[in-house]
Amino acid sequence: MSSIAAILAEHDGREGPLLPILHDLQKAFGHISEDAMREIASALNLTRAEVYGVVSFYHDFRKEAETRPVIKLCRAEACKARGVEALMPVALAQNSVKVEAVYCLGLCAVGPAAMIGDTVYARLDAERLTALMAST
Amino acid sequence: MKIRISDDAVALACGADALADAFAAAGAEVERVSSWGMHWLEPLVDVNGMGYGAVSVDQVAAIIAGTATSFGRIEEHPFIARQTRLTFVRAGKTRPTSLDDYYANEGWCGLAKAREIGAEATIAAVLESGLRGRGGAGFPAGTKWKTVAGAAADQKYIVCNADEGDSATFADRMVMEGDPFMLIEGMAIAGFAVGASKGFAYIRSEYPHAIAKMETAIKLCAHLVAPFEIEVRVGAGAYVCGEETSLLNSLEGKRGEVRAKPPLPALEGLFGEPTVVNNVLTLAAVPWILTHGGQAYAAFGMGRSKGNMPVQLAGNVKHGGLFEIAFGITLGELVNDIGGGTESGRPVRCVQVGGPLGAYIPPALFDLPFDYEAFSTADALIGHGGITVFDNTVDMAQMARFAMEFCAIESCGKCTPCRLGSTRGMETLDQIIAGRNVEVNLALIADLSETMKFGSLCALGGFTPYPVMSAIKYFPEDFVVRERS
Repeated sequence: MSSIAAILAEHDGREGPLLPILHDLQKAFGHISEDAMREIASALNLTRAEVYGVVSFYHDFRKEAETRPVIKLCRAEACKARGVEALMPVALAQNSVKVEAVYCLGLCAVGPAAMIGDTVYARLDAERLTALMAST
Repeated sequence: MKIRISDDAVALACGADALADAFAAAGAEVERVSSWGMHWLEPLVDVNGMGYGAVSVDQVAAIIAGTATSFGRIEEHPFIARQTRLTFVRAGKTRPTSLDDYYANEGWCGLAKAREIGAEATIAAVLESGLRGRGGAGFPAGTKWKTVAGAAADQKYIVCNADEGDSATFADRMVMEGDPFMLIEGMAIAGFAVGASKGFAYIRSEYPHAIAKMETAIKLCAHLVAPFEIEVRVGAGAYVCGEETSLLNSLEGKRGEVRAKPPLPALEGLFGEPTVVNNVLTLAAVPWILTHGGQAYAAFGMGRSKGNMPVQLAGNVKHGGLFEIAFGITLGELVNDIGGGTESGRPVRCVQVGGPLGAYIPPALFDLPFDYEAFSTADALIGHGGITVFDNTVDMAQMARFAMEFCAIESCGKCTPCRLGSTRGMETLDQIIAGRNVEVNLALIADLSETMKFGSLCALGGFTPYPVMSAIKYFPEDFVVRERS
């Protein structure tokens, strides 16, 4: 596993490096820790408050690790029109999977749609969603 | 036997990989191509131009044996035959990251032409084409380029806005996943025209397949666009970063807060330098314009809306997908004739055009032509060209509430009307839905909408009133006290 210092070194000299650094850290550690924020601030000559402000602004970044698998379920208008809200009781029934709302996966004519990691799923109904969550 | 199956995200989400594996296991040669954009037929299988729709693995043997029923020649399918494809001319036909396929289909002709005629004539061609920003604002692209070209600076930037966050839009995703070289060529032409040596493609994190394709394509064609360089940057789940100034802040590594304008990004953009910020579809239209001339592009469309719009049919629609057509087609033609009405078979109650900030439009207004000015006159917007179809089970009070909720979730927090107004709006709509003081609260919503519309810094707070007020205006029966199931 890469260290915080190694990730920082990879982005040395890059224009506007903070978001790429945060993405890499989250990928490596699952979240952005207090220690990581401190090291980033020091390396980029920012205040900790500035780094914290960026981490907390974006929905993608977590300050604490999520131990459960995460399923991102699209709840935007097109998926609502295709019935995602009726699936919510099914989605929330299983505690072993963390369900997060996402606003659009660009699969708007074949929804309800979901994403686990980088894998996308479409045409979900109660049965398919239950099976998907059970297999995650 | 050669089988062509798309590898774009819609096809993958509908099971294209398992299907491709099954064909390969059965001894067929499988080629992964871009998507035709007929999403209700994905995964679509192309056998020598004949199409098989929504194919499942258990149909593989019959297709190979020639006993399966095809829906006919793909190019003759009415959904395709009725389109005028300029930007999506290669869709369904080429392998996305094959330089050979791109070369063989007019690839790099636009860039070659630009280099031949020079920067000034390149900008003139874009001006002549009448191309307007396809991200939603509709600002003339050539005018923006001219401003950046005229600005004196050592460093200038091209920024491709690929933060396609509007629900019902996927045309940017399809360009990046299906024809990434076209976008790269458009960015390179822009860089050449305005004197920028560096470009950034800011792609949303919800599009991992687009990110992967663009990164592969950029490496493969680096020598062709040099000295211009392109770097992919990945967003982090903030809808507001589709707004150009907050996108620039995000690229700089800051919170994605909106900047006040002026200064215009064309003069003081990324890192304070002159910057062209264009949507994917805007830049993707440029190679065609250079190859065929600005006048040829301007011959399409109506009024001041020149050229083509890749319309995206989504939501509860029978024939959903990508439909590229000249401006001027009516909403009714798009929804009923081409889209085939709802997938559920129930009557169409309304459509939302232009994403979460677009107005809800009832069938009574379906004679509205797809044109920036006509939509604006009707208090609606074309936005990025997405159309979400709803059937008659939709509760418009809930949709109005969701518009406020979405704004509250995604507000960058910089300006008060958007930050506070969205939350207060959501609470007030909750009161209305609960049947408390409905008339007073509806008047409050109207007043709040005015404040948000005229007092917000950007389109997020400024346009959220469109879906809210259009829902109230056209579907008042959903906002009165009633029995709720």
